[in-house]
Amino acid sequence: MPHIPLDENLPGITGILNYRLDTALPIRQLTHLLLRGESTLTKGERELIATVVSHGNECKFCTAAHTVAADVLLGEKETAELVKNDLSNAPVSSKMKTLLTIAKAVQVSGKNVTSEMISKAKNEGATDLEIHDTVLISALFSLYNRLVDGLASVTPTDSAFYERLARILADKGYLQSENRYAGLKG
Amino acid sequence: MPHIDLPKEYPGIRSLFVFRPETAAPLNALVQTLLHNPHPSLSPGERELIATYVSSLNNCKYCSTVHGAIAKHHLLNGDVVQQVKTNPETAPISNKLKALLKIAWQVQLSGKEVSSSHVEAARKEGATDIEIHDTVLIAAAFSMFNRYVDGLATWAPDDPEVYDRMGKQRAEEGYLTPPFKIQPQSTE
Repeated sequence: MPHIPLDENLPGITGILNYRLDTALPIRQLTHLLLRGESTLTKGERELIATVVSHGNECKFCTAAHTVAADVLLGEKETAELVKNDLSNAPVSSKMKTLLTIAKAVQVSGKNVTSEMISKAKNEGATDLEIHDTVLISALFSLYNRLVDGLASVTPTDSAFYERLARILADKGYLQSENRYAGLKG
Repeated sequence: MPHIDLPKEYPGIRSLFVFRPETAAPLNALVQTLLHNPHPSLSPGERELIATYVSSLNNCKYCSTVHGAIAKHHLLNGDVVQQVKTNPETAPISNKLKALLKIAWQVQLSGKEVSSSHVEAARKEGATDIEIHDTVLIAAAFSMFNRYVDGLATWAPDDPEVYDRMGKQRAEEGYLTPPFKIQPQSTE
């Protein structure tokens, strides 16, 4: 049961963001900008960063939601699965592997990012902006994972729920809109 | 040395805000709303203490020192800030704030560490739903800010005077006004 009263029709992060709209607004704006805004990384690649960080934090709700969001955007399920469990063999570019390695370090602590990790990313062609956004996406999901689990929000066990949520994330992105979660009910 | 090319005359998160103004806008809006704007029951000083404590647990020098200075200027008491950083249990703060800081500490470790007994203990001291929500969100937000600042290896001034000036500015003006430039240290 959640630690504070949340809308029971809105599990995971959705009810938390609806609990206090004025703090949710900038969090939504930041997420939309980082994951859906203009970037040299694809939307699928950026969802993979969100996925590995949530997986590292063992946040079941966020991991399930962003895995399926990455699957929808990439059009297949293999990549997200391997990125979580066997990064060196995942079918992503060498540059993405170095960025995902940085993201995984940030998940533990910002201080765990080494100059060597950064050099490897730059050698694979990563730009300063890509490195910046990777660190900030990882830091942002360090926030989300703690918010979701720290308030003990409900984690649905039905995989169809995450398919419906991922469809919303893929089609609409992260900004609040009227009837945003209308498609969430099974 | 920072991991990416950042403007040298701004330290910590301010250099990242100048590097990428698009992401700076929502990040500043978040701290403005969460820490500075009027709150039904937690003072800006109390909320800054939560931010300071979490940043201190994450060993983020820039964040813990600057938010400690902001808290000091709100509370007009630097001693309480030092005591909260060292041990909130023995600091001269309310029992409710002590219970909320305990929740913040758990969130800093992992969201999963927050148990019903931590929340019950806070409620027993009079903590409300919004206070519990905001404590978790402040701790989660600083788990983000600390990683952002250290993950890109931004530089942190050593001079306490510099932090005191930054703390005074943010306590008085909030987070939305432009920062002042700082002479980078030659040793950095």
